[in-house]
Amino acid sequence: MVNTEVPKMNDIYKLLSQIKDPEIPEINIIELGILRNVEFENNKYKISITPTYSGCPAMKMIENQISEILKNNFYDFEIITNLSPAWTTDWMTDEGKKKLIESGITPPQKNFNSIEFKLNKINCPYCNSVKTILKSEFGSTACKSFYFCENCLTPFDYFKSI
Amino acid sequence: MNLKNKNVVDYLLQLGDDRLILGHRLSEWCGHAPILEEDIALANIAQDCLGQATFFLNAAAEEIGNGKTTDDLAYLRNPNQFKNLLIMELPKGDFAFTIFRQFLVDNYTFLLYQQLQNSKHNQIANIAQKSLKEVKYHLRHSSEWVLRLGDGTEISHEKSQNALNELWAYTNELFNENEIEKKLAEENIAIESFKLKNEWLDKVTQHLKTATLKILENKEENIFNGRSGKHTEHLDHLLSEMQIVVRAYPGAKW
Repeated sequence: MVNTEVPKMNDIYKLLSQIKDPEIPEINIIELGILRNVEFENNKYKISITPTYSGCPAMKMIENQISEILKNNFYDFEIITNLSPAWTTDWMTDEGKKKLIESGITPPQKNFNSIEFKLNKINCPYCNSVKTILKSEFGSTACKSFYFCENCLTPFDYFKSI
Repeated sequence: MNLKNKNVVDYLLQLGDDRLILGHRLSEWCGHAPILEEDIALANIAQDCLGQATFFLNAAAEEIGNGKTTDDLAYLRNPNQFKNLLIMELPKGDFAFTIFRQFLVDNYTFLLYQQLQNSKHNQIANIAQKSLKEVKYHLRHSSEWVLRLGDGTEISHEKSQNALNELWAYTNELFNENEIEKKLAEENIAIESFKLKNEWLDKVTQHLKTATLKILENKEENIFNGRSGKHTEHLDHLLSEMQIVVRAYPGAKW
């Protein structure tokens, strides 16, 4: 049985909002800007997603989860992976950024797309101090850098702007 | 397969193999880097390279058709069918060697992808646009290290200079004229890499100078040519490790 009677975008978005990033489970794929579009065409939902980093292992998992949740709810669908326009952290929603801070990750600054190393001060997600230092540009996952707060002496992740 | 397609496939393999082989070399550092942060950084960069390789090889597999898969291309080709540049396959060496290789290659890849963003081949343009964002991070990382190692202690300076001397002979190949590139450049699909040489040389030379290092011209001609499948023995060893599971258990799923 396939559920194609009436296209209910809100229902689809609601279902897909249950899918979280496996590596940052506080934030879902809409808030991350991974889900780009949902269309209803020829009795089928076309779900467009875009990868964050080329080698991000979470993408396959996210795709599988989308399939599973839509199948379980009897939707007929197709998942399309778009590389262009390339994902940018500017697509992250305000709600998503708020959730990142709550889970100890400083959200990405606006992306200047520059090769120069001119990062503004990064605030500590715990005490909001700007007395922070970059320990390593590459952190626990491809999307994060590793910082240390000299005010509250806590290490934390910064979600890289890309 | 018609000739145009064959050229596009070969070009995609050039682009993909460069990233696959470099990514594999970087992954060899996992658990062995001098400090934890660097272990994580090199593994991250390796992951980006492998991801980019997957995109290129996937596009190549689609062009070939007939049920060819990305995995077939990565795991079931022989060394003489790989089209990567030799500099990618050289053993990882010491930390200085890995960083200096990365620095020379990052500068090249940055300029290359910048141009390929405008390729008439949609997939190549899209992959280049996506990957360029990652390569910027790689380039910044390797450039910072070049300064610290080159203009660091006496020992780090010496190791850096040795690595650079050894690598420099392999940089000519980055800009060799190449029939496939030439053909595809006429259709605005590819960019002829020799056109990137001046800008590359300017950037690299300037940065190395700041790092108090010297470029020693090496007149020796290299007898190998990665783009046409003539590789050093190092690629055989790399592939035998990378492909062993797929070769030993054909069709296995995991």
